Amino acid sequence: MDLIKASFKEVSDAVKSKKISAVEVAQFFLNRIDKLNPKLNAYVTINSAVVEEAGKIDSKIHKNENVGPLAGVAFGIKDLLCTKGLKTTAASKILHNFVPPYDSTVVARLKNSGATILGKLNLDEFAMGSSTESSYFGKCHNPWNTDYVPGGSSGGSAAAQAARIAMGTIGTDTGGSIRQPSSFCGIVGIKPTYGRVSRYGIIAFASSLDQAGPMVSSVEDAALTLEVICGQDEKDSTTADKKVPSFSTDLSTNVKGLKIGLVKEYQKGELQPDIMKAYLLAIEELKNAGAEFVEVSIPLTEFAVSMYYLIAASEASSNLARYDGVRYGHRAEFNDLSKMSLEDFYSQSRGEGFGKEVKRRIMLGTYCLSSGYYEAYYNKACQVRRLLREQYLHAFTKCDALLSPVTTSTAFKIGERSTDPLKMYLNDIFTTATNLAGLPGMSVPFGFSSTGLPIGIQLTGAHFQEQKILNIAFALEAMSPGQGRVPDVY
Amino acid sequence: MIDQKTIERIAKLARLSITPEEAIEYGDQLTKVLTHFQQISKIDTKGVEPLVTPSEIEFVTRADEAKQETTTEEMLINAPDKAGHLFKVPPVV
Repeated sequence: MDLIKASFKEVSDAVKSKKISAVEVAQFFLNRIDKLNPKLNAYVTINSAVVEEAGKIDSKIHKNENVGPLAGVAFGIKDLLCTKGLKTTAASKILHNFVPPYDSTVVARLKNSGATILGKLNLDEFAMGSSTESSYFGKCHNPWNTDYVPGGSSGGSAAAQAARIAMGTIGTDTGGSIRQPSSFCGIVGIKPTYGRVSRYGIIAFASSLDQAGPMVSSVEDAALTLEVICGQDEKDSTTADKKVPSFSTDLSTNVKGLKIGLVKEYQKGELQPDIMKAYLLAIEELKNAGAEFVEVSIPLTEFAVSMYYLIAASEASSNLARYDGVRYGHRAEFNDLSKMSLEDFYSQSRGEGFGKEVKRRIMLGTYCLSSGYYEAYYNKACQVRRLLREQYLHAFTKCDALLSPVTTSTAFKIGERSTDPLKMYLNDIFTTATNLAGLPGMSVPFGFSSTGLPIGIQLTGAHFQEQKILNIAFALEAMSPGQGRVPDVY
Repeated sequence: MIDQKTIERIAKLARLSITPEEAIEYGDQLTKVLTHFQQISKIDTKGVEPLVTPSEIEFVTRADEAKQETTTEEMLINAPDKAGHLFKVPPVV
């Protein structure tokens, strides 16, 4: 069995019918990690118990016990999701030694469905960034060209998936952190509707924007993983009481009669010519397959980046207040604790523990929430957010889904863009509005640039309409130029 | 314009020790970023209720029952410094 090309269903069926063991699958990927991870720095922690855990799946199968739809499928997990007994760091010094006493709901559900956990994947510190350059454990590299970034913040997940040093990966998306790296690394990534997936046990960045989702090699694998991780959770009161559809069995490439919206305001942005070409080709192909295109206007998308950073930084400054050096994580060294003030104790531990970008956002958020500025910044951004959401809801009365580029350019070189924060933030123009409006969004690979870097197409759906964007992505996947290409690091 | 005094006040509020160099850097950067973000001030939001939860979710609560899912020892394994079942910190009072 070709474990690099096989779908989750094929592997899981083979494991259940004892054609291959879960142990063999885990071992296969551990060997690949050994070989390829030094070039990519995608994993920051390897799960030394994975073979043993895979053995338990195998023995369940031998005893004819039910093992679930992902039996033996080996996952890498973004190091923002808590894994019981396995270090979870958010790629930050302040959590560099943290071992969670419990599993996040996403990880627990993967395990309950028979999946095994290979290890934890690199990210921008606390998921704040778009290049995975700000990790405390070092930069991550793009498998298609190791001089380039894999994107971020879920860059480790995207790189591991593209290099197939995991069968599947999980990322999180607060303003594009699943979709942008998926696009940069040529994989399929979906951020579900806000409320679809439990945030329990996921280190919080911006609670009203964060969602976890699959970053995998095919639309079918994404659909199957979603079925496992979605659904209400009593440990997260913001999970929706909605039935989880059978995403994978309901997949269809039939787009006939579907109305796909093109956002008018996105047309004036400057796109790299290769991306423009891919975008126009995707439209053309879908038209040929019977989809209709309509123009929709969402004028407030112009302000999405501003709204996004004001809200995300504010929520982050509040969420990150818990890292104080008292109960876990980094604590500054003091000669005599009894002579310290509690305030200095906090400030020094936090000052040493957080990296530059995280501090910058804590400062920004604290400012926006401080007395005298709250109304003008945080509250104002939340008001505009409601108006933006209304404009999206109106657009979805005219179409089933929206199609756009994910980013204005393909992956950039390591070190090329990390100096000017404003410039860096403004790169997120196509992805942040989706989170502000709570909509499902995904990136599906659609060809390559002339320099050999992957290009993704973004699909955005109405609330809880993941199936529609999965189906359009399923159609696009079959039409994608350059199918079957693999990165050189293989 | 965010001056150094404001930066110091914000750092104190955030319980974040920053170096004088960082204070200058953050002052410049936050000024630039906020000047750009101020573009939202021109949008008319009179009477608009702020939005926090973006999708239709009915908040549900579970029964308020204590559950022992982890032990005290497990919850203490990450403590940087402890005494018995207590976290050690500087004098609070």
